[in-house]
Amino acid sequence: NPYAGLVSHLRASWLSGKTRPMEYRMAQLEALGRFLDDKKQEILEATELDMGKPSFEAYFSEILLCKNELNVTLNNLCHWMKDEHVDKNLVMQLDSAFIRKDPYGVVLIIAPWNYPIHLFLVPLIGAIAAGNCVIIKPSEISKNTERLVAETLGCYLDSDCFAVVTGGVQETTRLLENKFDYIFFTGSPPVGRIVMTAAAKHLTPVTLELGGKNPCYVSDACDVTNVARRVAWGRFFNAGQTCIAPDYLLCTLEMQEKLMPALREAITEFFGHNPKESPDFGRIVSDKHFQRIRALLGSGRVAIGGQTDEAERYIAPTVLADVQPSDPIMQEEIFGPVLPIVVVANMDEAIDFINARPRPLALYAFSCDSKVVNQVLERTSSGGFCGNDTLMHVTLTSLPFGGIGNSGLGKYHGKFTFDTFTHQRGCLHRSMGLEALNAPRYPPYTQQKLGLLTAAFEVKRRGTCTLL
Amino acid sequence: MESMQQVVGRARAAFNSGRSRPLEFRIQQLKALERMVNEKEKEILAALKADLDKSGPNAYSHEILGVLRELVLAMENLPSWAAPQPVKKDLLTMRDEAYIRYEPLGVVLIIGAWNYPFILVMQPLVGAIVAGHAVVVKPSEVSENTARLVAELLPQYLDKDLYPVITGGVPETTELLTQRFDHILYTGNSAVGRIVMAAAAKHLTPVTLELGGKSPCYIDKDCDLAVACRRITWGKYMNCGQTCIAPDYILCDPSIQSKVVENIKATLQEFYGEDVKSSPDYERIVNKRHFKRVKSLLEGQKIALGGETDEASCFIAPTILTDVSPESKVMEEEIFGPVLPIVTVKSVEEAIEFINLREKPLALYVFSNNKQLIRRVISETSSGGMTANDVIMHSVVADLPFGGVGHSGMGAYHGRHSFETFSHRRACLIKDLRWEVVNKLRYPPGNMEVLHL
Repeated sequence: NPYAGLVSHLRASWLSGKTRPMEYRMAQLEALGRFLDDKKQEILEATELDMGKPSFEAYFSEILLCKNELNVTLNNLCHWMKDEHVDKNLVMQLDSAFIRKDPYGVVLIIAPWNYPIHLFLVPLIGAIAAGNCVIIKPSEISKNTERLVAETLGCYLDSDCFAVVTGGVQETTRLLENKFDYIFFTGSPPVGRIVMTAAAKHLTPVTLELGGKNPCYVSDACDVTNVARRVAWGRFFNAGQTCIAPDYLLCTLEMQEKLMPALREAITEFFGHNPKESPDFGRIVSDKHFQRIRALLGSGRVAIGGQTDEAERYIAPTVLADVQPSDPIMQEEIFGPVLPIVVVANMDEAIDFINARPRPLALYAFSCDSKVVNQVLERTSSGGFCGNDTLMHVTLTSLPFGGIGNSGLGKYHGKFTFDTFTHQRGCLHRSMGLEALNAPRYPPYTQQKLGLLTAAFEVKRRGTCTLL
Repeated sequence: MESMQQVVGRARAAFNSGRSRPLEFRIQQLKALERMVNEKEKEILAALKADLDKSGPNAYSHEILGVLRELVLAMENLPSWAAPQPVKKDLLTMRDEAYIRYEPLGVVLIIGAWNYPFILVMQPLVGAIVAGHAVVVKPSEVSENTARLVAELLPQYLDKDLYPVITGGVPETTELLTQRFDHILYTGNSAVGRIVMAAAAKHLTPVTLELGGKSPCYIDKDCDLAVACRRITWGKYMNCGQTCIAPDYILCDPSIQSKVVENIKATLQEFYGEDVKSSPDYERIVNKRHFKRVKSLLEGQKIALGGETDEASCFIAPTILTDVSPESKVMEEEIFGPVLPIVTVKSVEEAIEFINLREKPLALYVFSNNKQLIRRVISETSSGGMTANDVIMHSVVADLPFGGVGHSGMGAYHGRHSFETFSHRRACLIKDLRWEVVNKLRYPPGNMEVLHL
């Protein structure tokens, strides 16, 4: 077991209690902040090399959003760590009942390549804040970022408690043989299953941030220009390689006709007439993914874009019209800058279409009519939902971010990350006195004692239920 | 005989129809459950007597009272638990609606255990109903009378399609686990817990595993030994030791070991009289297999008290073992029987180290007059839950989450924690289609200065 030594080293550090004091956690978090500041340029360069990530995007997702999470955590850690006192019944008035926030121990964070800093760093913030030791496994596919993290993160964090492991599928498989106290995985559903199965051997709890096809319904009543901009922004950000990107669009034939010129307009506004020359449009991360996405361009008909350049792994911002549900592009998460439009007759058909498929990580609905937005929200199920925009629900640190069903289990961001890596321990500290109050619970059991117990422990109804 | 697939499929169709979601419906089902528990009290107590030899008041206080309380809590709090929760917004989302919706996941599977066979299916069931799910209930076949009763009663009171009961043993449970569920709550042992989680992994189904382990009980020299031992005796020997949060073993200084034995002995007399075997309040081991298992733990041990057994009635007397070696068999597995080993330690440091060398337990107990010492034990150990200066009681505080950590489990339930366990917290951000000017800041062509705003 090649990682046994590393894991037991971290476990020894964990058992020493080093990571528990608030001051220690704050110091490590502040060091993470310095990492983001000092290495900003390197991060922008590495992600550009890895997937042509535009600097603006990289700064926004890899630096700014991470710093937000860091600051929310630093500002609130003291409060989050505190014992949470709970209500007590009559018999326990002199006792202390509270929820203690215990760290799990040694946790593993496995990150993907598409937002290679953000997707390990934001979970890491919560894991450190919650008092754990952490092994970070960045993706080998974003290899420049992987190298940067492996070479420099150690200069900022305590190497007794935090380590970076690099490698591919083989190394990750060996790593998963070890016992961890929590595993946080971001990636695809098939690998999510593998991770959870490995975790089951050690009874390790997991958070799985997976993916799927995020539907985007556009009703007939809407401001076409704004819809087009917001959808195009969400779809083409990071060249479509975003787990919460709007994957496909559902609308009427009429709306498809109206949207097309608006989408064309938005794309030109964003990237100019030749997106290949725009510094604001990314590239596909690998040859394998480039070929995979290119093959999907045969679905429906190319209404906008469609150009590709294999040498640069460039795929133009593309919109496909008249896509059929049975087309190849509708069978897998696209993860590229291609937006298929599937025509539906009306909102009900759109909702049925969505509900017939696995529950997505994100769901979008556009309408000037708030009733329509609410209908879609209420009649569907998804990890998260954004009405009249794309992506933005994950930038609010007070909202939980996670999937449901095939798109994942667990959630994080803001306090939810701290909670994810915390064992909520129910604690009751009783007084040794007042033993007489305990008498009704002891044998010999009698009806009289039962009466007393019932009186002490039952919860009385407050009166008739206000709903009926 | 319907197949599992058909039963689960019907429950899923019933959930998809949407009828379990309105709050009125959920309350109506909970009210029906409340009626069932009250109207069928006699039958429930009779089943518990047949399965575990529990006396009426005993069974009522341990199994029925808790269920009734959970029902009232659920009915009273559902409106506030289920209400969308607005969240704090930032500069960019000031004009928007941002909130968390609590939504049901779909079809929940509840697998119960045999030691508190009624409450261990009913309490999770209440949580799943209040969260709006369809629920497949699988009571333990070991407590067969209760399983049969639950299978008979639930369809009489609840919606038949939404809340089916499936009975059977290992083969039936294995088959059930091949079906897709949206959450599985399992109560039982770690070995089967692993199997449940591995089966759940195939469908990416979240799980709550309420497992077990050896719950340590440290008795400090500085404590009221008579009171401590009375409380420990109660928690250890209730249900003949077959309680997942019973104090499994004692850690104490060698100088107080014999006093501990004396005090427990005196308490046992108080509780069960001179002849434990003839007390109506002392239960039996659930079956021959477990009887043999527990009995074998006595081999080679110093029996300070008890030790008598009677296979015919699965009777094992309240037993205490002293000077137990940490390497002995009785210290390797969860005892789940009326046998209390005492392992001597010279200090609280030694006790803490002893505890931390072992798997994280479901419960942890410490008795001391010294508040500092108690705080230290809590801070330097990890466990599902814990009680200081008593045993068991943290599990009856309605607002404390009840669950394990590490080998003792994952996830938690009870009260509002059940509602949260069984709910998907869906993030919702509703923006206006106007006010595009604010959005322009984020669109390409990118202007780096803008980001520094």
